[in-house]
Amino acid sequence: MTVSFKRDFLAGMRQCVPVVVAAAPFGLLFGALAVDNGLTVGEAVLMSATIYAGASQMVGIDLFNGSAAPWLIVLSIFAVNFRHVLYSAAVGRRISHFSLWQKAVAFFLLIDPVYAETERRSEAGKSMTFAWYLGIGLPVYLSWVAEGYLGAVFGGLIENPEEFGIDFLLPLYFMALVLGFRSRKNWLPVVLASALGSIAGFHFIGSPWHVSIGAIIGIAVAAIIADTRPTQNMKAPVGSEASR
Amino acid sequence: MDGFSVNVWIILAAALATYATRIGGHLILSRFERLHPRVEAALNAVPAAVLTTLFAPAAVFNGTAEALTMAAAILIGLRLPMLATVFIGTAIVVALRALM
Repeated sequence: MTVSFKRDFLAGMRQCVPVVVAAAPFGLLFGALAVDNGLTVGEAVLMSATIYAGASQMVGIDLFNGSAAPWLIVLSIFAVNFRHVLYSAAVGRRISHFSLWQKAVAFFLLIDPVYAETERRSEAGKSMTFAWYLGIGLPVYLSWVAEGYLGAVFGGLIENPEEFGIDFLLPLYFMALVLGFRSRKNWLPVVLASALGSIAGFHFIGSPWHVSIGAIIGIAVAAIIADTRPTQNMKAPVGSEASR
Repeated sequence: MDGFSVNVWIILAAALATYATRIGGHLILSRFERLHPRVEAALNAVPAAVLTTLFAPAAVFNGTAEALTMAAAILIGLRLPMLATVFIGTAIVVALRALM
């Protein structure tokens, strides 16, 4: 292991700490709810280890409980995760110098906070190395899988999640992430459009389509009101609380 | 492979679909040498646009306690770091649910 690999890996690891702490309740909650909804401990861990996308895993176990057709469960998880297509396109520009297998690993580890941190680091002009990316991505992944296991094994101990407000942690977490991007250009109109779009989508069509519908409307608003003069630059998530 | 349950196959299919979303954006968009400003603006709007959809309906359709909590948490989030915002928000929703 070279000195610079170690240095960059440790730099990434330092930034993973708040992400690990913030994700921990959700990782545990997922494991607990999965077993609650009839999955085995092994299936819960398999979900965390292979899908590795919290909100979609929650949607998935929600459907496992009912009589939803297998293809519908897969499609719903796909819909919730569709946002990654756009993260992937954005991050791809940042890691174009990675080797093929490094990219393959990096995209597997691409979750919301890793996306935010990658954008922030690139905007700050710091070097984007595979070591740094692994440093932030790998501990988050490993702890997520471990939390899924622990939650599944011990989760039965939480009798009534609503009593502790645990069911509302996830929306609060997503809201705080959105606030972290508030210095970006046209942030408010985009957020308002997405909010209205997702609320209407949820009401008239239903979950999980409100995610894709709201996102498409917000993104369309951003594209329509964009400043198309050629000097326009990417706006960094400066002062992003999401990334601390 | 009858050792695997239907659930395992569903999970593996969902995992493949998810990985496709994570690698697909890059595979498709990397074909373009330079992005149009509108595409660029659209990409910049992605995180806020998507993450908003994951909390806006939950704030509106769950009840008064949840709606008030989200409104308060947004104001708190403008001042405090993320983790504090989440925990204070959770405390508020527990308190409001007890009161209402």
